[in-house]
Amino acid sequence: MEWEPVIGLEIHVQLLTRSKIFSGASTAYGAPPNTQACAIDLGMPGTLPVLNEAAVRLAVKFGLAVEAEIARRSVFARKNYFYPDLPKGYQISQYELPVVGKGHLTIHLDGREKRIGITRAHLEEDAGKSLHEDFHGLTGIDLNRAGTPLLEIVSEPDLRSPEEAVAYMKKLHQLVVWLGICDGNMQEGSFRCDANVSVRPLGERAFGTRTEIKNVNSFRFVERAIQFEIERQIRVLESGGTVVQETRLYDADRDETRPMRTKEEAFDYRYFPDPDLLPLVISEDFIEEVRRELPELPEARYRRFIEQYGLKPYDAEVLTATRALSDYFEAVVRQAACDPKLCANWVMVELSGALNRAGLEIDQSPVDADRLAGLLRRIADGTISGKIAKQVFELMWDSGKDADTLIEEKGLKQITDAGAIEKIIDEIIAANPKQVAQYRAGKEKLFGFFVGQVMKATQGKANPQQVNALLKEKLQGGG
Amino acid sequence: MHTKTLAELAQGLKRREFSSRELTQHFLDRIRRHDGTLNAFITVTPERALADADAADVALDRGEGGPLTGIPLAQKDIFCTDGIRTTCGSRMLDNFPPPYDATVVARLAQAGTVLLGKLNMDEFAMGSSNETSYYGPVRNPWNTDCVPGGSSGGSAAAVAAGLTPAATGTDTGGSIRQPAAFCGITGLKPTYGRVSRWGMIAFASSLDQGGPMARSAEDCAMLLQAMAGFDPKDSTSVDRPVPDYGAALDRDLRGIRIGLPEEYFADLDPAMAQVLEAAMAEYRRLGVEFKAVSLPNIGLSVPAYYVIAPSECSSNLARYDGVRYGYRCRDPRDLEDLYLRTRAEGFGAEVKRRILIGTYALSAGYYDAYYLKAQKIRRLIADDFRRAFQEVDALLGPTTPTPAFRLGEKTGDPIAMYLSDIYTIAVNLAGLPGMSVPAGFIDGRPVGMQLIGDYFAEDRLLNIAHRYQRETDWHRRLPPEFA
Amino acid sequence: MALTLEQVKQIAYLARIGIGDEDAARYTHDLSSILDFVAQMDAVDTTDIEPMAHPLDLPQRLRPDEVTEENQREKFLAIAPAVENGLYLVPKVIE
Repeated sequence: MEWEPVIGLEIHVQLLTRSKIFSGASTAYGAPPNTQACAIDLGMPGTLPVLNEAAVRLAVKFGLAVEAEIARRSVFARKNYFYPDLPKGYQISQYELPVVGKGHLTIHLDGREKRIGITRAHLEEDAGKSLHEDFHGLTGIDLNRAGTPLLEIVSEPDLRSPEEAVAYMKKLHQLVVWLGICDGNMQEGSFRCDANVSVRPLGERAFGTRTEIKNVNSFRFVERAIQFEIERQIRVLESGGTVVQETRLYDADRDETRPMRTKEEAFDYRYFPDPDLLPLVISEDFIEEVRRELPELPEARYRRFIEQYGLKPYDAEVLTATRALSDYFEAVVRQAACDPKLCANWVMVELSGALNRAGLEIDQSPVDADRLAGLLRRIADGTISGKIAKQVFELMWDSGKDADTLIEEKGLKQITDAGAIEKIIDEIIAANPKQVAQYRAGKEKLFGFFVGQVMKATQGKANPQQVNALLKEKLQGGG
Repeated sequence: MHTKTLAELAQGLKRREFSSRELTQHFLDRIRRHDGTLNAFITVTPERALADADAADVALDRGEGGPLTGIPLAQKDIFCTDGIRTTCGSRMLDNFPPPYDATVVARLAQAGTVLLGKLNMDEFAMGSSNETSYYGPVRNPWNTDCVPGGSSGGSAAAVAAGLTPAATGTDTGGSIRQPAAFCGITGLKPTYGRVSRWGMIAFASSLDQGGPMARSAEDCAMLLQAMAGFDPKDSTSVDRPVPDYGAALDRDLRGIRIGLPEEYFADLDPAMAQVLEAAMAEYRRLGVEFKAVSLPNIGLSVPAYYVIAPSECSSNLARYDGVRYGYRCRDPRDLEDLYLRTRAEGFGAEVKRRILIGTYALSAGYYDAYYLKAQKIRRLIADDFRRAFQEVDALLGPTTPTPAFRLGEKTGDPIAMYLSDIYTIAVNLAGLPGMSVPAGFIDGRPVGMQLIGDYFAEDRLLNIAHRYQRETDWHRRLPPEFA
Repeated sequence: MALTLEQVKQIAYLARIGIGDEDAARYTHDLSSILDFVAQMDAVDTTDIEPMAHPLDLPQRLRPDEVTEENQREKFLAIAPAVENGLYLVPKVIE
């Protein structure tokens, strides 16, 4: 039988606020344990939550970016359960009335586009961390993370393969970083994924029983965990068994999922509206204010790059991977005022390669857009060849000087004086009679040899087109 | 000095007839002498009190300070006091010195008051007799075989017996008004949101409200003036100016219309009815008009309350898990054992009963039938009051069905106990201000009349109570054993 | 409404309150009579009534995104039952 996987993702995005969602404690990552857990975060008796404006603003920003309905009134509820990293014995989370309603996101996969539904996105507080290193058989609790604002983004079960799931996750990651609402740091847990997975016979409309894979924190692991889970469920079904609805953990070392020890029946979250918080009311003015802050979105920029600059979809996608990269590219195009494809190539190949090798991000690039544009201008106006340009680029990278200065200093200016090139060609023809004879006898492969000789004699500075034309003429001319 | 009102004490201090230290020492002496009988205090803070008093005297000597500077007070042990243990009447917090002050505590300290100590109360404010306290019951100064009421039983008893000139209380279903009535003092539960809940240990967050407990309406006005006001740390605190309560006290009552809810008088005990008749006669002489009104859904206030309050409490009290503060069971075998035993040993029977009821009412499959149903009834009750206040300026009725009952009389029957708050609970569901004012005695035990105001009409309530107290002396009587 | 002993034990477990068999029997009685009492609510038809979660008909106030809390770890840890290296200690958590 052929099986069709059905996948939905719940992604927890840590919002980039200075302070926590309900307290004035810092959200900075990596502080010594419990130094950023204030009385509110610790659930001390008599303490009360007050909602952080920035958390609301960032949630609305996301909602607008996925063209979702923004709830004019939403409600914070309490999700009650006992866990040592949950200080109050409940998590404050939006339940029945989330701030962001139905929206969508378009993913690109193998040249296809697919619109993935977003069911909702709601604000909630993060829990602390349990540290299981051995404290004489005890567990240590660090509550620095408790109260960090999260936006939980729930997709529709629209994903049909692990690859689609990862494409969606990457697209969402790109968007939240692009919007500046999340730092996207997956190692630090700023972007975490739970996957709901089920399978059904191809053509069947009803969903199969799903399992939830908790807390998978890299793109690669999400793909592998889902893949494993799909295969496991198919195995169970094909051997006549039934899939049990349960929460599973992905073990990266063994590349498998296994059920969590805590039993699902033990939970009855007893959601009810948090009486310490009033309904969150969002005005039209607030929404419009946030809308004005919205940057051009990655999907729009991608389409514009194709249209405006004639880029290939693949190139447009690479160049819009991050907002910083696409901004950089556009700055180069604007200032170089030359063929955008040349600019695209240089940003994607030379610059990105160099950044990769140096382990730098685009905003840390030693060669800024201004200077790269200066270099490309010199290619475009024929001052230097592409090959020399690579040399100049390396010098720029190391020296911090601009292209014109370096071309001048190193005398790298292209030789375009036809007389000078002719003179060099004449000397080379004179010095290599044997090769000339062979060429003229039909060994045309030798043409490259002559080009090489000219370039060697000019240290690569001769204009390659001119060299080609003049060489051809001289070698054929039999002169 | 313990027979004087706050206004009289303030005047004495201002004129330097006595110092704050002398005044404070006088009350500390009285606490030492009488609290063995009453058990109104959980913690007495003499060093802190005298230090506060000395600081107040410095200010007073310079002619500085406000109306409360140098006045000794005691706090219900539900208000967090920085570095001073705050038990909430529970074993769970027997060893809990909060690292912060409640806003009410900070404001009263800011106003120059002196902290005498922390007052006994029902455990986590769950009780109507002060018998659920881990620290033992409080006795009623008018009859020590009787309860002082609850949950602010320590506050009411201490004020009535002259162990403190005034105290703070909290009221979730009647916990200021009912003990005020039982002990013959004046107590005000403000409009929900008028007084900050920051640092006031939560029982049921949508119902809890702190307020003053003192001899007179005038004293309550002085205290409320300092306690009330917007607090950015409490999302449910209302950002609205605080009127001058003192200035409103003497306003003329002619033309004021007071509603008499039929439902409050229907099955009223004849002795209680007589007390209220006498009070109404007094008001008529002051030019008040009475009008019968109806609150048709009020009969459901106790059932709705006993779903809503336990639901909220079951969640509010989940934080007591033995991990970060408070009681922890000995040698837990595993995490489960830590939770189960810490909470079994740390909480008393009534608190557990309410946590269980609330857990059940919120659980899957029962939420709609209990919690949601109760919230709908809450709306009906609030609407009843809204309609009534379109016709009248205030409502009058009994605070309690009977005077104080005997210790142990209702401990075996939770529902009988719950019904002792039958007249006070609806006010909390609606979030309205309510007062209990001493109005007479039945069998030597004081009883109170309850005044209920519209939202934020504390000034009107205090005015109505004060004008009555100008004509009567019920509020000035002292229990003979503690005179 | 009468609860069963099993239900009461399940509720107590949800609330993480350890109760012995004797307690469970007493709570079964108490809770059942309280539930009977609150069942009076059923007398009123509340079909189209908007539930009232809160006495105030006000919106949530928003706090500016500022760090206002200082590190007070030592003060907080000093009142905790079991700590080590700045962490709260609990019996081993198994996921």
